[in-house]
Amino acid sequence: MTRKQRRLTLIGCSLAVLALAAGLVLYALRDSIVFFSTPSMVAEQHIAPGRRFRLGGLVQPGSLKRGDNLAITFEVADGNARLPVAYKGILPDLFREGQGVVAEGELDASGTFKADTVLAKHDETYMPKEVADALKKQGHWKDDYGKEAAANAEARQATPGVTQ
Amino acid sequence: MIAESGHYAMVLALALALIQSTVPLLGARLSDPALMNIARSTALAQLLFVAFSFAALVTLHVTSDFSVANVFENSHSLKPLIYKVTGVWGNHEGSMLLWVSILALFGGLVAAFGGNLPRSLRARVLAVQAWVASAFYLFILGTSNPFLRLPNPPIEGRDLNPVLQDIGLAVHPPMLYLGYVGFSISFSFAIAALLEGRIDAAWARWVRPWTLIAWIFLTLGIAMGSYWAYYELGWGGWWFWDPVENASLMPWLAGTALLHSALVMEKREALKVWTILLSILTFSLSLLGTFLVRSGVLTSVHAFATDPTRGVFILLILCVFIGGSLMLFAWRASALKQGGLFAPISREGALVLNNLFLTTACATVFIGTLYPLGLEVLTGAKISVGAPFFNLTFAPLFLLVMIALPFGPMLGWKRGDLLGAAQRLLAAGVVALFAVAIAWAWTSGGAALAPLAIGLAVFVIAGALTDLAERIALFRAPFGVAMRRMRGLPRSIWGTAFAHAGIGIALIGIVCETTWNTEYLGTMKAGDAANVAGYELRLEGLFQEQGPNYRETTAPFTVYGGGQRIAVMRPSKRSFTTRGGMSTTEAALLTRGASQLYISLGDATPDGGIAVRIYHKPMVLLIWLGPVLMAFGGMLSLSDRRLRVGAPKPAKALRGLQPAE
Repeated sequence: MTRKQRRLTLIGCSLAVLALAAGLVLYALRDSIVFFSTPSMVAEQHIAPGRRFRLGGLVQPGSLKRGDNLAITFEVADGNARLPVAYKGILPDLFREGQGVVAEGELDASGTFKADTVLAKHDETYMPKEVADALKKQGHWKDDYGKEAAANAEARQATPGVTQ
Repeated sequence: MIAESGHYAMVLALALALIQSTVPLLGARLSDPALMNIARSTALAQLLFVAFSFAALVTLHVTSDFSVANVFENSHSLKPLIYKVTGVWGNHEGSMLLWVSILALFGGLVAAFGGNLPRSLRARVLAVQAWVASAFYLFILGTSNPFLRLPNPPIEGRDLNPVLQDIGLAVHPPMLYLGYVGFSISFSFAIAALLEGRIDAAWARWVRPWTLIAWIFLTLGIAMGSYWAYYELGWGGWWFWDPVENASLMPWLAGTALLHSALVMEKREALKVWTILLSILTFSLSLLGTFLVRSGVLTSVHAFATDPTRGVFILLILCVFIGGSLMLFAWRASALKQGGLFAPISREGALVLNNLFLTTACATVFIGTLYPLGLEVLTGAKISVGAPFFNLTFAPLFLLVMIALPFGPMLGWKRGDLLGAAQRLLAAGVVALFAVAIAWAWTSGGAALAPLAIGLAVFVIAGALTDLAERIALFRAPFGVAMRRMRGLPRSIWGTAFAHAGIGIALIGIVCETTWNTEYLGTMKAGDAANVAGYELRLEGLFQEQGPNYRETTAPFTVYGGGQRIAVMRPSKRSFTTRGGMSTTEAALLTRGASQLYISLGDATPDGGIAVRIYHKPMVLLIWLGPVLMAFGGMLSLSDRRLRVGAPKPAKALRGLQPAE
């Protein structure tokens, strides 16, 4: 083989691998990303039941109810709207009423959000980023949340390479 | 007094770094040995001063001097001594000081042990190293000074985040930083080579041990972080594809590619330009990781925009170094001479393929990590890219690497024989098929692909063993001869075998854990029992205990297996009074072979029960044994004679200009 042919083989291989990777990325980006919503966005957009998304907001004080067999229901509120959430399992250490929460799951036919994950990305002061941004946008932001979020940034950053 | 002297020492270190980043370059330009040698003394002095500064901060934390803001915010007088020390790098300011101390350490090591380097190359390497150091000293002194005093010293500190009060945290960040920052050496060598306009096999041989050291630490650091998340966070997960994790995975992937391409350069003088580019990219990804974690951009794009000093400063460092080095690369790379030729099917070809796949896999992680940030900045839409994305993109690419992996070491340099390699791997292939059959027959449920993935992992392990067997002519030569050949085998060959087998072992662990993991979830009261994967776990009761700075609820479980009492597991929940009653879940682990039982506690119910989550995780320990073996392989390679003795001479040394010292 001449130098030119060798180089062409190499470039051909590289392009093939890159094309494969690009195809995979585009396919994955279409199917496997999850959007974020707040209760009022859910009310506006009429998200279809069965579509996965992340729901964020504040846990409505007084709404947390524990049923049999670790079944849990609570409401997520963002100041304008509320959405009932059903979850089965153990809540993260820092799940509290009045605090921010992010849950992942889908709506069922009756309009209840069936969560399969309630995110554990919390410490005692953490306001999930999406929730903080959404609350600010809707004007329900209280200043002390901001301090809390900043304090959390410290805690989170202290652990490079791992998630909390 | 200690705080002030620590602060002052850091200012002096900055001054030394500024000298080190300019004078030696001038010396190299003028071929003035005296000016060039300044690099060496300033690097060592800089290390001394920054070490003093770091020691000062440690002392402040140990003596609980709450008049220093950093100590007040992250320490508590009742905290155990070890966490007082580790708390030094459990916060932003302290961890940046650790970062720059390690940078100075590597610079000092090059100065101390780089005696066999040509003087001009050493001067330039140390100068580039000092550019990076100066930027980070300025960053710390300007935006995150750990020595700031409080006007009204409080009596008690706010304590370290309880999640971080763990032995895992004691070791994980320093390891990770040794890895991240270690790649600065190959970066400095690459920039120095571009400045010199000359690069050869000797260059690759000098760079390889440094890259290897960084890679070993990064491998161990990532594995340790993953294990820490597994047992400390109480969710039994060991990898979340969180941006913070990806930030450490990307330099690892690029660094692994760099190790392999530097090998080609060392042996065959090919891939010069590519190796230089990879050195730059690897350290750029380390810087990017530092930016992602340190700037607050992950916590909130808005936090980044409203408190811009830190974030913008690091972004600036990032742009200057990545942009600058890539521009230098574009300008000077064409001056580097082309290296040896090779056929597509050859050892070089296999290593190119390895590089191609590793860098592409790295690119998919890069896209998955930065796409949400980019989209939010551009359109405001919030999305999360999680495990499904990476399983679809990263996993297939990495599996392809693993199929090709055993063939690589079997191929000859320059021109290889693929058919011959395939014949030699026949036995490994047969073993792998057996493994698939056994996995298929023994297990029920789970993904149909799982046995195939196990077969692939076994193929990689068997392939690594076959390579060793071939080299010592096991079964072909008399046993005694084979043993003698085995003793004579270079350590780097053993290192390759261990590292490659480690990947296979980790894959077995990953597949078994994700496919055949069993979970029990329920509310239990004293005397209740749960059955998980053939074990019976009986809750003995709930007990309250008092720790040094927390209260603890312990729930001992007695574990029975096959009618026998095996052990008692003690999961607990800790409540830290110092942090407003923040609680952490301390999971209990019971190791059975390579598998583990895992219990973590939830909330207590009003009727005296407690929510419990129990997992049985088959072969889970292999996930971390794999990286440990890889790191061990790296250490074996590092101890190879070739890298220690016979100081390499540059291929066409300009005689008279650079006498070896």
